[in-house]
Amino acid sequence: MNKTGIIYGINGPVIYLKGNTGFKMSEMVYVGEEHLVGEVIGLTKDTTTVQVYEETSGLRPGEKVTATGDAVSVLLGPGILNNIFDGIQRPLSEIAKESGKYISRGMQVDSLDPDKKWDVHLTVSVGDEVSGGTIIAEIPETKSIVHKSMIPPYLRGRIIKTAEDGQYTINDPIVTVQRHDGSEVEVRLAQKWPIRIARPTDKRYPASKPLITGQRILDTLFPIAKGGTAAVPGGFGTGKTMTQHQIAKWSDADIIVYIGCGERGNEMTQVLEEFGELQDPKTGNLLMDRTTLIANTSNMPVAAREASIYTGLTLAEYYRDMGYDVAIMADSTSRWAEALRELSGRLEEMPAEEGFPAYLASRLSAFYERAGMMQNLNGTEGSVSIIGAVSPQGGDFSEPVTQNTKRFVRCFWGLDKSLAYARHFPAIHWLTSYSEYLNDLAPWYKDEVSPKFVDYRNQLLAILNQESSLMEIVKLIGSDVLPDDQKLTLEIARVVRLGFLQQNAFHPEDTCVPMSKQFLMMEVILYLYKKSKALIAMGMPMSILKEDNIFERIIAIKYDVPNDKPEMFEDYKKAVDEFYDKVLEKNA
Amino acid sequence: MAIEYLGLSEVNGPLVVLEDVKGAFFDEMVEFRMDDGTRKLGRIVEIYEDKAVIQVFEGTESMSLINTHTKLTGHPMEINLSSDILGRTFNGIGQPIDGLGPIISDTKVNVNGLPLNPVTREYPRNYIRTGISAIDGLTTLIRGQKLPIFSGNGLPHDQLAAQIVQQASLGDDTDEQFAIVFAAMGVKYDVAEFFRRTFEESGVSDHVVMYLNLANDPVVERLITPKVALTAAEYLAFERGMHILVILTDITSFAEAMREVSSSKGEIPSRKGYPGYLYSELATLYERAGIVKGGKGSVTQIPILTMPNDDITHPIPDLTGYITEGQIVLDRQLHGQAIYPPINVLPSLSRLMKDGIGEGYTRVDHQDVANQLFSCYAKVGDARALASVIGEDELSPLDKKYLLFGNAFEHEFVGQGPLENRTIIDTLEKGWELLGMLPKEELDRIDTKILDKYYKPTEVKAEV
Repeated sequence: MNKTGIIYGINGPVIYLKGNTGFKMSEMVYVGEEHLVGEVIGLTKDTTTVQVYEETSGLRPGEKVTATGDAVSVLLGPGILNNIFDGIQRPLSEIAKESGKYISRGMQVDSLDPDKKWDVHLTVSVGDEVSGGTIIAEIPETKSIVHKSMIPPYLRGRIIKTAEDGQYTINDPIVTVQRHDGSEVEVRLAQKWPIRIARPTDKRYPASKPLITGQRILDTLFPIAKGGTAAVPGGFGTGKTMTQHQIAKWSDADIIVYIGCGERGNEMTQVLEEFGELQDPKTGNLLMDRTTLIANTSNMPVAAREASIYTGLTLAEYYRDMGYDVAIMADSTSRWAEALRELSGRLEEMPAEEGFPAYLASRLSAFYERAGMMQNLNGTEGSVSIIGAVSPQGGDFSEPVTQNTKRFVRCFWGLDKSLAYARHFPAIHWLTSYSEYLNDLAPWYKDEVSPKFVDYRNQLLAILNQESSLMEIVKLIGSDVLPDDQKLTLEIARVVRLGFLQQNAFHPEDTCVPMSKQFLMMEVILYLYKKSKALIAMGMPMSILKEDNIFERIIAIKYDVPNDKPEMFEDYKKAVDEFYDKVLEKNA
Repeated sequence: MAIEYLGLSEVNGPLVVLEDVKGAFFDEMVEFRMDDGTRKLGRIVEIYEDKAVIQVFEGTESMSLINTHTKLTGHPMEINLSSDILGRTFNGIGQPIDGLGPIISDTKVNVNGLPLNPVTREYPRNYIRTGISAIDGLTTLIRGQKLPIFSGNGLPHDQLAAQIVQQASLGDDTDEQFAIVFAAMGVKYDVAEFFRRTFEESGVSDHVVMYLNLANDPVVERLITPKVALTAAEYLAFERGMHILVILTDITSFAEAMREVSSSKGEIPSRKGYPGYLYSELATLYERAGIVKGGKGSVTQIPILTMPNDDITHPIPDLTGYITEGQIVLDRQLHGQAIYPPINVLPSLSRLMKDGIGEGYTRVDHQDVANQLFSCYAKVGDARALASVIGEDELSPLDKKYLLFGNAFEHEFVGQGPLENRTIIDTLEKGWELLGMLPKEELDRIDTKILDKYYKPTEVKAEV
């Protein structure tokens, strides 16, 4: 018999129950006659406080609240990919079937389809000793991903019964495990896990491999490691969502968990439509086949917004346990922080900075620390990388969410308003951004791309930094009075900005660029710099160098050289040589 | 038979407290009747066992602790809807004020609305021609979009909104049904009158539903006005298959009203005294724009927002910008130069534009031209800053060209007559004409093929 309580007070998404109900902290409850989903967030001797994940309009004092006995959990099993859920893992397409175009309240839908039969191939047999994480069955979940069913963490014993290979639903027992104390447990394809608790792993590895995104400014200048964390802060209109979409589309992660937390409904629709049509460059299958979406749009109940981040994270950890590299796009963590603030205000807690609760920093750190490259319980290696968008108030990076996030992430991709106004996309500013992974990843770049890679990358950044200090002077006195070598630095910096950093997400070739091409582009730009510098050193003025269109040609490389034709770069090097000879000849 | 409660236990600003109520629910509507016969409406905003905190829409004037009779209505805020609402005028809580009698209908709809399921939404792709170059060319409005106008006091945002309404609604697709839902929150009488007159003059009055909460109307009423208007808009769009353009003015008054009520409820304030749920509240308004799969209609929103002290980082424009799909920003400096509409294109943006323009929608070069104009105009700012330091004469020839381009862009592309209705082709040609003032190698955002096809140098005129 489940414990119950009686509603006493209602204040927006927060309700109070009178007396000691015996509920547990973080327990999931059903509220009122409509069975709205809620979670226990506070207990005292006299009152129990519950946050409700659905609109509370129409609730009355006196209605009953029933405890479920479980913490707020997600259901883990095949069917998560190629699906879209709300903040508490209810599939939106099922909700649409039942309630039409609007999301009504108290919807009781199964997280995963209980009737669908999956092709199950058993990988264990009777007599095997198993423990938490052991893979017991493989299921082709989508065209791209093989789902691996595992023994739940903390279960250990010997298999005494297995099902035959065949078709099963998520609730059919697949194997029976006998614990060492003799008790027997049936293991099914679907298992529950509480969202606020990280799934256990054996150990954590240091960052060693980059998450390749195909975006030049990220991969080359500010790379993120697999299992790493990155923050993308920016005012509205600077391209946070666009950056996240690009990474979700083109990164070399096996699985993408896209969390739309308090953002626009049309954006989720767009992801759904686009990812249902676009091909995954790695497998050729649809992008949706490796993606799951968590949508809590800005007009959906605020308490579920707070939960949506954890729901997404737990799904990601589950796939990591199978040995996959998972990338989470959280758009936007600021909305999540604001949901915390809103609930904290309703609870009349003492506010800290800008009304945010004092525990904002600890919640943020707990969230980002769940990322990592791990050795799983079953010995496989998997990673969860978190890329969190931050929407700072007024585009001001000194506000609490950005500042606290900065403390816990190792990659910072600061979006800049003035770049966005000039339609320089991605508007990631090279002076404010940083990546602490560069040293960790240097060996990988050396082995996999080129030994010169890191050196070239540093040269490129140095040119951009020189440009920035030169621009201070130019702003005061104009560029005409600069000496020619400085004019050259400005010109090369322009080539870097337009030809390398700027990337056109709508151009079929330019939207995703392989590492090899990124490297060659850098090489050609730096080669041009070297040759021009030599000319300047011989006393040639910049105006003569500019007569040639070589600078424009190098800028256009991103469009003119297809990603699969690296040999064309030789022609460009030759063109630079010709340019050098021509200038020398003419002005000797 | 509903019970009537006599008396109140507390009156505090727009809120009253009623004790010993039975069976009341959160968000329920209540009716008040004073001894002198005046009636008011209220909504339960907080409830503790048998104690209800009620927000009174018409203000608490003349209410006392003993003279008030309160009746629970048993339902949340609802309005009657039918297609008869077209051409009618209502007050801020949806009661007719044009003397034509009540709306009779079986369709009663809860004004709070429900969130649209992202799965059933259709991604907006059809552009709306407004005839205004700065909007059509650079921040294209898409059907089903929410695109606010960020303005300031004294700037011609009303005129711009009226021009959009006139030119967009009477567009090319005459077979499709359109209507305008106009919601005024705390605006001056003159403003409401201006819109009414404009609708009349352009002959669209029959297709307009007006919800008016004027500056001297009760403040709390303002909180419900946009919800009432959007409920009507959703009804007309999704039940009647019409294309609805919703004008909400002024969002700032709405947010101020929210702050007022929040502070009298004794809630913990967040930024600038606004309640922590300002974002969620604004989102529940703006997110009610869109298109539903399989449906015929659409809801397009143009909220107008006067930025306090022209500050775009103020919480109201800031939070709005994070929810809406772009923004059109008006600029006092342009206005000072008598440029109409004074749209500052650099901070303006339309997020849905990229999918609704180009080949098959407008013209293949649209996106490139827009990007290039943005990028060149951004450089104009640098050239101007330099000119103000070293003087115009000292500028390089290229920077001088940029100055000329900037002036021409502001006066000829952005600037246009309040009745001038440009086609998209006019706008794009104008754009090319301006780009022609700059050397071809400066145009780095345009695909080489498109550049070769459309670029032709323009004779640079002397000082504008």
